[in-house]
Amino acid sequence: MHIETDYDVAIAGGGLTGATLALALDQAGFSVALVDANRPEAMESEAFDGRASAIAFTALRQWRNLGLDDRLQAAAQPMDRIVVTDGRAPGAGAGPALPVRLSISSTDLGEAEAGEPLGWIIENTRVLAALLAALDRSGVTVVRPAQVTGAEMAGNGGRLHLDNGRTLSARLLVSSEGRRSVLRQAAGILAETAGYGQTGVVATVALARPHEGTAWQHFMPAGPLAILPLTGDRASLVWTERDDRARALQTLPEAAFTALLARRFGDDLGRPTLIGPRFAYPLSLQRVSAVTAPRLALVGDAAHGLHPISGQGLNLGLEDVAALTEVLSDARDLGEDIGSSLVLDRYARWRRLDVTGTVTAADLIARAFSSDHDSLRWLRGLALGVADRTPAIRQVLAREAGAAAGDLPRSLALG
Amino acid sequence: MADETQAIDDRDSLTARGPSIDPEDVARFSRIAAEWWDPRGKFAPLHRFNPVRLAFIRDQALVRFGRDGDAPRPFEGLRLLDIGCGGGLLSEPMTRLGFAVTGVDASARNIGTARAHAEEMGLAIDYRCATAEALLAAGEAPFDVILNMEVIEHVADPATFLRDTAALLAPGGVMIVATLNRTLKALVTAKLGAEYVLRWLPAGTHDWSKFLKPEEIRGFLSGVDVAVQGPFGVVYNPLGDSWRLGPDVDVNYMMTVTRAFAPPQG
Repeated sequence: MHIETDYDVAIAGGGLTGATLALALDQAGFSVALVDANRPEAMESEAFDGRASAIAFTALRQWRNLGLDDRLQAAAQPMDRIVVTDGRAPGAGAGPALPVRLSISSTDLGEAEAGEPLGWIIENTRVLAALLAALDRSGVTVVRPAQVTGAEMAGNGGRLHLDNGRTLSARLLVSSEGRRSVLRQAAGILAETAGYGQTGVVATVALARPHEGTAWQHFMPAGPLAILPLTGDRASLVWTERDDRARALQTLPEAAFTALLARRFGDDLGRPTLIGPRFAYPLSLQRVSAVTAPRLALVGDAAHGLHPISGQGLNLGLEDVAALTEVLSDARDLGEDIGSSLVLDRYARWRRLDVTGTVTAADLIARAFSSDHDSLRWLRGLALGVADRTPAIRQVLAREAGAAAGDLPRSLALG
Repeated sequence: MADETQAIDDRDSLTARGPSIDPEDVARFSRIAAEWWDPRGKFAPLHRFNPVRLAFIRDQALVRFGRDGDAPRPFEGLRLLDIGCGGGLLSEPMTRLGFAVTGVDASARNIGTARAHAEEMGLAIDYRCATAEALLAAGEAPFDVILNMEVIEHVADPATFLRDTAALLAPGGVMIVATLNRTLKALVTAKLGAEYVLRWLPAGTHDWSKFLKPEEIRGFLSGVDVAVQGPFGVVYNPLGDSWRLGPDVDVNYMMTVTRAFAPPQG
């Protein structure tokens, strides 16, 4: 068996979060190995990931500082306005007559972020392509395609066993493998998953009218329909439906699908044209019993899988990256053992509040807004109405959408 | 807040022995090392206290020796002595930062524990079951940095101890002394609070009457060819459960003792 030793950090999972972490740790001066199961060609293809992500203004700056090139900025669509509507039961008549309940715009931000959009929408494959290019230019040892088949954590380091016969050892292992983390399981960390009985149908469309940087969130009885603006007057849809209806939506003839969409888009956006395949992502909430174990830290969806309703999943992952990078750098500067429980505990304590709050809030919102129960409809209508008429609440919502609040790692802080 | 080294000594019947230790001892030391290094174990308060000390030592040494803080091992080529090293909570980080570290402790059990852990971490540290006075008597080469952290309030003759340790300081060297102030506030918080209320430390760890005032530290070193700076206060922040430097020197404080750089030869 071929054994390689002496990495500071070995990361399993080279998606958006894992690749960002690898670059951040490399820049901070750590020796880093990154293992991923996919071939780079596959990751850049249209069929790899149909999703777009809402990212905070801090994330774009984080990526720029890590050496991602200007094409990333060019691929990001500024989001200047979020319009939230409370939809009606389907079949209640055609037309756009969805009452607008809440509208947040970039002018609701406090002075510190004046002039900044609420966030950016960017297609995941565009970010991945930029990350892969930056990894090529970095000092990160990228091992792909390779599957992690097992891991061991000892007193002084951890080892990753790969299906190509290689073994990587490092002072600290990190899992950014997503919800089905092999390392998490190897460490005995428990994960509890709750399905919502909902699936998100994701597609990219060309719009008939300019979106002017507006994101729409229509809360329908079965679940929300999010229309996220993309560059070139395209939009990324996340149409949440009960599992059986979602399957039907995915296979519906294109004309029928776009006709259904047009009814929900209303006059604001006109009749859309489908570009590319439709994807289906079953939605679930995952909670884990811990985000660290001896010699192991979890980041991204391996640490917290949440309902995508609030668009905070990737942002949380990027906050994990920034927090872990800062904790490890500070520990290294003091001569501490970066993989010790002593150091990992600091990461766990820092992330606990942030993550718990966001995961719980997203879960509550998802449940409240996916129900057609009269009293819940009345309550959420009231809540949205109050929020829309209260500048202070709108400002908090706008800041949260841009993730400027809370105790931020230095690399994400303003200024 | 203080190093538990001496408290453990009091309960420990082991005495200093040679470097040869039997395998049973090795297994026992490894178990004790795991306890020493468990952030949630009985040394948890010490682990919370450690980062502020490490940062202070690092900052002092960077300035004193004009080293680059961005270098991976900024203190390469410098000799450091850790007095009362215990399980190695300071010695190990200092070794990673590049110092050639000698750790001494009067307890054979602590030295065995520190050795077991350093070996597991792959760190080369010169641990010796000895006292600073013994090093001086044996004609040990002087050190660029001496860590005299939370030890002096436990020794019988602090004046002699401090002068002996200062004598081990190389020209240009710096010794960092950390201890507890003999104030009413220290009696209430560090002695009664930490030992009897919060139970951070075993009861009897500290004898308040042996706590030292900053001016006493200065006094012990008067007539010795060194300069004394400080005190620098270390204060506890209950909200973050963490420690930081601050102006309040009523309880925990540190001082630096520096020897002038040797005049140019010739």
